[in-house]
Amino acid sequence: MTVATASPRTEPTPATDRYLTGAPVSGAEILIRSLEAEGVEYVFGHPGGAVIKIYDEMHRIQPSFEHVLVRHEQGGTHAAEGYAKATGKVGTVLVTSGPGATNCVTGIADAFMDSIPIVVFTGQVPTKLIGNDAFQECDIIGVTRSITKHSFLVRDVRDLAATVKKAYYIARTGRPGPVVVDLPKDVIADSAPFIYPEKINLRGYSVITKGEQGQVEKAARMMAEAERPLLYVGGGTISSNANGLLTKLARTAQFPVTTTLHGLGAFPENDPLSVGMLGMHGTWYANQAVQNCDLLIAVGARFDDRVTGKIDAWAPHAKIVHIDIDPACISKNVPADCPILGDVRYVLEQLLPLVERDARAVTPTLAKKRAAWRSQIDYWKKECPLTWKADGKLRPQQIIEALRDKTGGHAVVVSDVGQNQMWTAQYFTYAEPRSHITSGGLGTMGFSLPAAMGAGFGMRGTGIPVISINGDGGFLMNMQELGVAAAHGIPLKVVVLNNSYLGMVRQWQELFHDERYSHTHLAPTNPDFVKFAEAFGCKGLRCSSPDDVQATIDAAWEVTDRPVLMEFQVVTEEMVFPMVPAGAATDEMIVQRFNPENCA
Amino acid sequence: MNATLTSQQLFRKQAAGEGLTPDAPDSVHRHVIVVTLENTIGALNRVANLFSARGFNMESVSVGSTEDPSVSRMTIVTTGNDRIIAQVLQQLGNLVDTLLVDDVSDEAHVERELCLVKVAASPAQRPVLMGVSDIFRGNVVNITPDSMTFEVTGPTTKVNAFIGMMQEYDVREVARSGRVAMRRHLAFE
Repeated sequence: MTVATASPRTEPTPATDRYLTGAPVSGAEILIRSLEAEGVEYVFGHPGGAVIKIYDEMHRIQPSFEHVLVRHEQGGTHAAEGYAKATGKVGTVLVTSGPGATNCVTGIADAFMDSIPIVVFTGQVPTKLIGNDAFQECDIIGVTRSITKHSFLVRDVRDLAATVKKAYYIARTGRPGPVVVDLPKDVIADSAPFIYPEKINLRGYSVITKGEQGQVEKAARMMAEAERPLLYVGGGTISSNANGLLTKLARTAQFPVTTTLHGLGAFPENDPLSVGMLGMHGTWYANQAVQNCDLLIAVGARFDDRVTGKIDAWAPHAKIVHIDIDPACISKNVPADCPILGDVRYVLEQLLPLVERDARAVTPTLAKKRAAWRSQIDYWKKECPLTWKADGKLRPQQIIEALRDKTGGHAVVVSDVGQNQMWTAQYFTYAEPRSHITSGGLGTMGFSLPAAMGAGFGMRGTGIPVISINGDGGFLMNMQELGVAAAHGIPLKVVVLNNSYLGMVRQWQELFHDERYSHTHLAPTNPDFVKFAEAFGCKGLRCSSPDDVQATIDAAWEVTDRPVLMEFQVVTEEMVFPMVPAGAATDEMIVQRFNPENCA
Repeated sequence: MNATLTSQQLFRKQAAGEGLTPDAPDSVHRHVIVVTLENTIGALNRVANLFSARGFNMESVSVGSTEDPSVSRMTIVTTGNDRIIAQVLQQLGNLVDTLLVDDVSDEAHVERELCLVKVAASPAQRPVLMGVSDIFRGNVVNITPDSMTFEVTGPTTKVNAFIGMMQEYDVREVARSGRVAMRRHLAFE
């Protein structure tokens, strides 16, 4: 038996000359050079048979990007999403064929729902074996067709470089989204000269920028006339890098602002004009504002059912201005009175001078009415604020608030899905864009840890802490990725809010299913989370008393060279309020727990 | 093909009409949508998949080549209220592979469908069947000792009428191409 020993090359291959002479190089090398040309910083990947040639070339070339070996391909896709959301750049994933590709499906669907730009390179069996039920074969293009913005099967090595450029262009422009590039093994092994094209031809794809001026002017007129206006701001504002313009517009016009889950951070929540998040678990006052406003200006938001509840009873008095980059989103759920198709940043640039002009011309009568509207909202805020009960028990809200105070809001907070997600959304008080990352559309449990790992790479060297907030249930779904963060010394602050239950399902069971806790109890087999962290070489901390929260967090912030996991043993019974039951009208919001004893 | 309608233009056409009409169950109509798309592997799949993934109705679809070898052309017949049809058009326009999406239903256009009908026929019945076929300007495209196969081309109503007439006899097989449609004028105004 011979054992192949890799001979590490200390100097990078001087490849440039070969490209100038047009000498053929392997498809694998073309891929690597194309990724370098795209300015890729990190590739979250996992090798396998179909892509081994790419890994071999990576070993030889030592490319300018860093390959991060994930522990499961799903984790890789979420890491790419986290990286993309935190930095605004495109995330990159590289996996093998068959199971490597299918393991990515959840992450791709998640990126599709939340409009996150990622490019997923999947290995494929050799072209001549496609359709043959070959080992590790899967028609991943077919599987992912309805959850990708676009996908490519590369059949000729000479198309590879242009395909990579197209994939990144499609992923990041317009409404961002995931793109899959399927790479048959023979295409990777084949060779061709490497030329990274300067231009690509996508005649069926046009990128939308400015809005129709007439529509913008109409929106400005509606805004100038509104007595009870409300800005409803979604994730499109952040992905369009328009948060600064939006903030300026809101402050100029003195319009109150509510944000969606993905819009958190687009407008500072500590601003008096902010009414926080709306929707199912939004603030009571934000939902009151929606129900009573006479003009709703939707900015990069898509009227999701978790925002609107029962759609016929939603925003009953409001005319609707809808700014969005996706024509299919406008008037899909709620008909817009003034649709504006355009990139939020461009449209706000068009709108801002008109709003500034109109703000100077507000009549005293209108100014008075608007002032009354704002004081009405302030009254609602005082009447029913977000609260929790400090009664000597460890409650999750206290932990989120303590993290907010520890970081002063300067952090990237990545939540999982369920109760932990909603408390994280409600209590952190986001003031900066890209400071909040979560799986909103697909609602993928197990998202937080790998996404935070990816965001951790994106935030390297910035000193900005990355906090992963998990429930015990979701943490168990992708906890292997802690090993990646440990291996690279990413100082993640991992929070496990351990209530021994699948808390959000338990909450629904308690409220709507007569307390029949069917298959939601995890405690009997939950692992020792502290030992788990230590087993990966991370710091593990446990806290079970509200008096120890601060000390635990302080101790966690002492660790700067590796991840630290904080397990908080929180009360099981805590629920997320306020709440609009699924399918109910927004006016039917449950503000507090039924049992008055437990009310704040 | 010198005229293309991007999803953006489509949208603006609708935006100019002051928004879209709200749901009304009685506003369900049949629409004929012409889609031209990149003639690449998977483009047709993407369109078909979009209809099933989004729950759109597809009554008939036909696909074929065009004057440009890199472009294929689909004619899709679908039903829905105005909101659904707007979604169909915009989601089709969002596909990277689509070059043009055109709802020709309310425009001056021609529509044709081809059908083949195989009828069991004894030599004695042949003149009768040919008489019916002649009325519809049909052709006999195949004959065997015990059967005849007719080809009829025309608007769907005509094809329906022909098949209806033929059902008086011993119809064994019917194949329809689905509609193809084309605007009457050279380009979009």
